[in-house]
Amino acid sequence: MSLLLDVQGVTKRYGGLTANADITFDVNEGEIVGIIGPNGAGKSTLFDLITGFQPLDAGRVLLGGRDITGLRPDRISRLGVARTFQKLKPFPDLTVTENVIVGALAHTADMRTARDQALEQLAFVDLLEKRNNFARELSTGQRKRLELARALAMSPRLILMDEVTGGVDQRTISGLIDLVLALKTRGLTIVTIEHNMQVIMRLADRILALHAGRRIAFGVPEEVRREPAVVDAYLGTVPDAA
Amino acid sequence: MPGDHARMLEAARGERLWPRAPLWMVALGAAGSVLLLAYPFIFKASFSHHMMILILLYALMAQSWNVVAGFSGQISLGHAIFFGIGAYSSTVLFAKYGLTPWAGLLVGMLLSALAAVAIGVPTLRLRGHYFAIATLLIGSSVQIVFQRWDWVGAASGLYVPIDRTSPWFYLQFHTSKVPYYYLALAAAAAGYLLVWKLRRSRFGFRLQALRDEPEAAASLGIAIARHKVLAFMISAAMMSVAGTFYGQYVLVLDPERLFSVEISILVLLMTVLGGSGTLWGPALGAAVLVPLSEYSRIWFGGTGRTIDLIIYGILILLVCMWRPSGILSLFEERIRRRAGVTP
Repeated sequence: MSLLLDVQGVTKRYGGLTANADITFDVNEGEIVGIIGPNGAGKSTLFDLITGFQPLDAGRVLLGGRDITGLRPDRISRLGVARTFQKLKPFPDLTVTENVIVGALAHTADMRTARDQALEQLAFVDLLEKRNNFARELSTGQRKRLELARALAMSPRLILMDEVTGGVDQRTISGLIDLVLALKTRGLTIVTIEHNMQVIMRLADRILALHAGRRIAFGVPEEVRREPAVVDAYLGTVPDAA
Repeated sequence: MPGDHARMLEAARGERLWPRAPLWMVALGAAGSVLLLAYPFIFKASFSHHMMILILLYALMAQSWNVVAGFSGQISLGHAIFFGIGAYSSTVLFAKYGLTPWAGLLVGMLLSALAAVAIGVPTLRLRGHYFAIATLLIGSSVQIVFQRWDWVGAASGLYVPIDRTSPWFYLQFHTSKVPYYYLALAAAAAGYLLVWKLRRSRFGFRLQALRDEPEAAASLGIAIARHKVLAFMISAAMMSVAGTFYGQYVLVLDPERLFSVEISILVLLMTVLGGSGTLWGPALGAAVLVPLSEYSRIWFGGTGRTIDLIIYGILILLVCMWRPSGILSLFEERIRRRAGVTP
């Protein structure tokens, strides 16, 4: 297994608040790494630092050995890094197909090719029926799948997913989990932020636990679950893996 | 289930990329085209020609504004800059160097695009209202410069020297407005064709994406600032074309009028009224507001200037209350929902 993403001592401060303090972790090719932590632990900030949406105060981010620290988000994206947002950002006035076409246009200028690839991704996330609806007409669960399809249409090497299962009902969650697992078998490398402990225990090869902007654990799920700092952070209410 | 999926995907792939326009739309378009082409022979009064020339030029100007505001989401309040540059480029080159206005047309487009880069590069990377404020202030400054600049006639402006030798080469028609009508029609048609193509292109899709969700657009590899500047350049060049034709039509260049905030605001009002981000909204807005302005001037004389502004205000208010995305969005949404992709 070769190293794809290498995050070294990344730090981000907002005035007096340290959102990310010296966070180090890495992701191997084909791996699913889960990021957990209570609200405000700095998970989404970490995504913003990796993808270039926020400048970082210290540390380095390497992608396949190449230093991408400080590059603009669109440059990083063109190197094969896709992401979804916790606060969903579909293009509301475009149709579902058109949304995904914008993703596919990252690597083709031909509209027909882009459309066909968009339809394939929509079939994959099971959203074909809604293809001619405007994005703003979708439910939350459908929007999540739309964002996923749009990001996948770029054919990324690495995808960062911010709470794919947040705010959707239990039935939808299991569908989304199946999607993520299917992506893994396709060979995609995945970093996913997840609140639902049962979900992350099932999905992740390794887990990064954050608390108050610091890394409190990084390793295989069983290890992380037993880590006293993690148990502490969740007030000792870590549920048994189902 | 998987079989169902595969079938549905096959069916979806089989659909046309750009759905065929419904028959009534084709019929409407054909009738409209015939009407536009035959217009000077149906309505023979010079005033009806004048009115239609203005409507066509404003339709082009509003469409130019639409490229920046409707597609890339940046509100420009200084579009008169490019209108003025277009008019001055052709006139200065003809008056001082005897160059055909056709060359001036191209020079104006080029200068306008360059001005758009100069204005856009520092301001378009900023979020929020900076671009609107900057274009408003730069617009006023440019006007003041032209009003003080002796080489281009300062406040008294320029006259296009009269030439009766070769009307089409020197773009001057002294016996009839009909050639101006067809020039304006051709210019407007070219502008609308360009935007129609744009909307179906990668660039057009990317503009609409970054307009609505810049962060999502950046996460999909779209270089936001570069796209906005490019859209601004295209828009400026379109506006400049209208400026050149307008200058050749009135033959008098008055910096007070050409660079006025009124023009910048008018193209905004037309687009918003008709529907920004749509193809036909700007034309619709121009077709409503130009006659309104001209007739109010006739009926109320010099005071008509303010009366039309009051009417504009009321219209905009009504649109904002009743249909914030413009008159046209009412229809367009229905078409798109039924047909699939953008008409």
